[in-house]
Amino acid sequence: MTVLTEPKRVGAGVFAPRQLLTSLPDALRKLDPRHQVRNPVLFVVWAGSVLVTVFAVADPSVFSVAVAVWLWFTVLFANLAEAVAEGRGKAQAESLRRAKRDTVAQRIVADGSRERVPGADLRVGDLVVVEAGEVIPGDGDVVEGIATVDESAITGESAPVIRESGGDRSAVTGGTTVLSDRIVVRIATKPGESFVDRMIALVEGARRQKTPNEVALTILLATLTIIFLLAVVALQPMSAYSGARQSVTVLTALLVCLIPTTIGALLSAIGIAGMDRLVQRNVLATSGRAVEAAGDVSTLLLDKTGTITFGNRQATELIPIGVTTVHELAVAARLSSLADETPEGRSIVALCAKEHGLLKGATDRERAAKFVPFTAQTRMSGIDLDGRRVRKGAASAVREWVVDQGGLVPDEVRDVVDRIGAEGGTPLVCAEGRIVRGVIRLSDVVKPGMRQRFGELRAMGIKTVMITGDNPLTARAIAEEAGVDDYLADAKPEDKMALIRAEQEGGRLVAMTGDGTNDAPALAQADVGVAMNTGTMAAKEAGNMVDLDSDPTKLIEIVEIGKQLLITRGALTTFSIANDLAKYFAILPAMFAAVYPQLDRLNIMHLHSPDSAILSAVVFNALVIVGLIPLALRGVRYRPAGAQSLLRRNLLVYGLGGIVTPFAGIWLIDLLVRLIPGM
Amino acid sequence: MAGLLQVVLLLVALAVVYRPLGDHMARVYSDEKHWRVEAFLYRIVRVEPKTGQHWKTYASAVLGFSAVSVIFLFLLQRLQSLLPLDLGRGPVPTGIAFNTAISFVTNTNWQSYVPEAVMGHTVQMAGLTVQNFLSAAVGMAVAMGLVRGFARSGADRIGNFWVDLVRGTVRILVPLAFVSAIVLVGLGVVMSLKSGVDVVNPDGSQSTIALAPAASQEAIKQLGTNGGGVFNANSAHPFENPGAWSNLVEIFLILLIPVCLTRTFGTLVGNRRQGYVLLSVMGVLWSAMLAVIWWAEAHQHGTAALLAGGGLEGKEQRFGIAGSALFANSTTGTSTGAVNAMHDSFSGLGGGGALLNMLFGEMTPGGVGSGLYSILIMAMIAMFLAGLMVGRTPEYLGKKLGKREVTCAAIAMLAMPTVVLLGAGAALLLPGTAAALNNPGAHGLSEVLYAYASAGNNNGSAFAGITVTSDWFQTSLGLCMLFGRFVPILAVLCLAGSLAEQRKVPQTAGTLPTTGPLFATMLGGTVVLVAALTFVPALALGPIAEALA
Repeated sequence: MTVLTEPKRVGAGVFAPRQLLTSLPDALRKLDPRHQVRNPVLFVVWAGSVLVTVFAVADPSVFSVAVAVWLWFTVLFANLAEAVAEGRGKAQAESLRRAKRDTVAQRIVADGSRERVPGADLRVGDLVVVEAGEVIPGDGDVVEGIATVDESAITGESAPVIRESGGDRSAVTGGTTVLSDRIVVRIATKPGESFVDRMIALVEGARRQKTPNEVALTILLATLTIIFLLAVVALQPMSAYSGARQSVTVLTALLVCLIPTTIGALLSAIGIAGMDRLVQRNVLATSGRAVEAAGDVSTLLLDKTGTITFGNRQATELIPIGVTTVHELAVAARLSSLADETPEGRSIVALCAKEHGLLKGATDRERAAKFVPFTAQTRMSGIDLDGRRVRKGAASAVREWVVDQGGLVPDEVRDVVDRIGAEGGTPLVCAEGRIVRGVIRLSDVVKPGMRQRFGELRAMGIKTVMITGDNPLTARAIAEEAGVDDYLADAKPEDKMALIRAEQEGGRLVAMTGDGTNDAPALAQADVGVAMNTGTMAAKEAGNMVDLDSDPTKLIEIVEIGKQLLITRGALTTFSIANDLAKYFAILPAMFAAVYPQLDRLNIMHLHSPDSAILSAVVFNALVIVGLIPLALRGVRYRPAGAQSLLRRNLLVYGLGGIVTPFAGIWLIDLLVRLIPGM
Repeated sequence: MAGLLQVVLLLVALAVVYRPLGDHMARVYSDEKHWRVEAFLYRIVRVEPKTGQHWKTYASAVLGFSAVSVIFLFLLQRLQSLLPLDLGRGPVPTGIAFNTAISFVTNTNWQSYVPEAVMGHTVQMAGLTVQNFLSAAVGMAVAMGLVRGFARSGADRIGNFWVDLVRGTVRILVPLAFVSAIVLVGLGVVMSLKSGVDVVNPDGSQSTIALAPAASQEAIKQLGTNGGGVFNANSAHPFENPGAWSNLVEIFLILLIPVCLTRTFGTLVGNRRQGYVLLSVMGVLWSAMLAVIWWAEAHQHGTAALLAGGGLEGKEQRFGIAGSALFANSTTGTSTGAVNAMHDSFSGLGGGGALLNMLFGEMTPGGVGSGLYSILIMAMIAMFLAGLMVGRTPEYLGKKLGKREVTCAAIAMLAMPTVVLLGAGAALLLPGTAAALNNPGAHGLSEVLYAYASAGNNNGSAFAGITVTSDWFQTSLGLCMLFGRFVPILAVLCLAGSLAEQRKVPQTAGTLPTTGPLFATMLGGTVVLVAALTFVPALALGPIAEALA
């Protein structure tokens, strides 16, 4: 097992022109026809360059040599775009690798003793002990103990995080460092397939496959290329018939100018850069397919807690019922929550300690009692101590428990529960045996700005559904405050699964975040499943993305990145096709004005001579690739908006812009080209 | 003024029948019941009408049926001397028989022969007219296959070709043709089984003027966007098209089914506005091209044109410039190919306009059925780019445009430019071509390009001015018609199968609506742009050079 030492934030940052130079050797290597043939558009340019070069060597003239040179530049610039995009990823992977060194793991053998083995020898299921100052030798789950861990090597976040056994914060990543305490980790991945290995492969683009949409677009571009190839091939007999036979150089120049070289050259760079933008936001996707799917998502499932509301619900008030005093309720509430590891449970103990002077930790006697842990099914937790049976949990669950024992639940309980729920709080009912002691109020605080984000999502056509274990009343109050479209209250894991299935049945793509083991099936079922890095290994394996920052609101950014990726492709394709108009106006009069002088009226740019006109078009065609590399890497600007306004804006900028730009560009280049002697 | 009145009358008439006929056709293709005569036909050919077909079965049926039709029509012509009413015209020469068999089965109706001299009444009625009905019904059937692909969700069947074929013929084409033929007879179109009438010319000489059962053929020739005339002069012949009223009726018949099919489409996919938006794009392009051709013909250069007040060479006095431009624009915009004037005599711009109508790919409004599926293909290409630009995997009518859909659409789009460009290019390479042309220079190139555009788009109209009886032209144009028809049909049916399998994606605010002006602009722009980018180099050496001269 290999690890990293230097903390390093992943992400290549902004594009610097210097990268063009450093990527040049890679771009030259890509001139190999075996590489070019993978891209039909550029292969045609490559073949055309070879052809024109042969003719330029056989019969050299300023024009033919200049066209040959610029055709090669066109291929080179296209390679450069890909090389720059790949180079950015490679640089990141390199810096990760450089920091690698082997670790030694303390493996627990069958008899309980420990042996020291190289990290690379660990197998799935091995138990290893990691102590303060040591590097965790592989990905896995903490099965014993609690520790603070420095995960900056992976996440770039320098604040240490807590990892503990049980619950949803048990996953640890190989290569991170334990800062305090001691944990036992069960290894969950094979060597070479760890998270860090996947991350390196990902940023390098080594295993990059074309995504479905990229394949479809490539087919369309190949079709356009064939059409233009036919148009140019058929043009020669027509020219000959008209008494204006054209040279191979001119016909090739026309062909290269017409086929969609701009998008053909930038297509793979756009894909690589899309992944890169995710990585820059500390999100790792297992495939490009997932990124594309993110753009298509029409339903977002968001957990209320931590996503819509701040962190955890906190106990804020104790409301005794009937003859019970506040203090009696506090004692019962504390007892019932001692075993409750959830943040809510801890907040109850904390509240009892702070406001009622009770003990924070459990006494030895209490520790020996029988704990009833909270489960998603019972929705209750509690303790059986010296004959006292104390429970607290969801109102309906506790009511059932009390009634089962023959107790009575006063109406007052329902009133209080409903009131708290209606106010957006979460009521927990605390009961001891057959007597309801009171109600504990847990309060949520909705994060600022959420309402606006959900409004933007709605404009993009994305429905937000809040998932919560709260009762419907509570859920509705929070849903209204946060501005989500829908909510799923009293949600059990299987409800979440059912909701995803129902949405998918209706043809909608669903995205969700999750961290717990019981989220894993839903994460796997969702079209975009983002697992939190703090979550369990099971969750991280099930999803198709991992958010290293463990920020559930990141889902919204992921959707935007997916959309931006597709928009960039569409915009540059439109731009590329729109460019052809000006090229016709430049090249056709140049080719045929000799036999049909009236065609010179189409030379609206007043280009200097036929040779200069054709060369200028070729030069423009090559330069526009370089000019658009930054845009391809950055992605076109995306603002959440409805489909109509997005299309209108992009058509205006890239369609109309694509028509106008080459007129200006070719005209300007011609001003320089005409200075070349012999033009 | 009279010209504008004709246009207004035409549009009003189309508007009146749009709803009833469109809805009628939607019912025909979705009806659960079978007419008695239909059930009888299914029993004869042993077809189980209730069973839907997978797209491959449907496509095999289309191809098999068409292959049998070609062979039958070929043999019928070759064996003409054995048939009654052959008028002593003997077996049709092999080259003509081959070209004509393909031409009528592909709904092209390109005519490389002089009907009065070659075809007897039996071949005309039992061969050519039958194909006028059936080739049109095939076009509509394929279009319905595609429409079902959009309408169905998670299905593996796209309908039954035999049922679509029979219903299209029995419930749509035959009744419409019957009524139209009677109207045309009323307007003076000839209907006779005699071979001709003997007349004494003003100079005292005697001659025979050929007669034929014209009215019945004329009706389906226009209705089915076929275009093959019983007389060589086609709809310029007074026996086929006697006057201004018959001219207007024939134009109406040409446009009738292609226009109304947009309503049928909207009805069947459950959103009529989807049909209206296609109609609006067709209508705008049709109107724009009409304006171009009309203006060009009214403003021809030259002394003769100046004296006549417009370009009247090659036009019939009884139709005038307006009636000729309206007819020319409708016949080239629909893959009909009937002509009431010599397109060869049109000005560079006017003739170029007729040529461009075909090079759009015949979708303004296009042939019966073929116009609808052609514009749907362009809509999918347009939506692919538009969809990307709104940041989603592109979709149209709730169906995602993935690899298979784009491949099918690309093949359908690619077939026509391939045969037109390669055919015209190859023809110009041959030494014999220059001799076959009436005109040298740019106009000669227009003539060759027009011939291949007409064949490749299954239009069948002739620019004329080019002699196409050589083996090269008979064979190459025959193959152009064949590939231009059946390659897109296969791609369209494959697409239909793939779409039917998909589940519908629901509409959200993120879905690009395909009913508004923005989509209409995008679609119209795509149609024009694809044609322009593909053909501008060739057009520059033909009509553009002519028009700028």
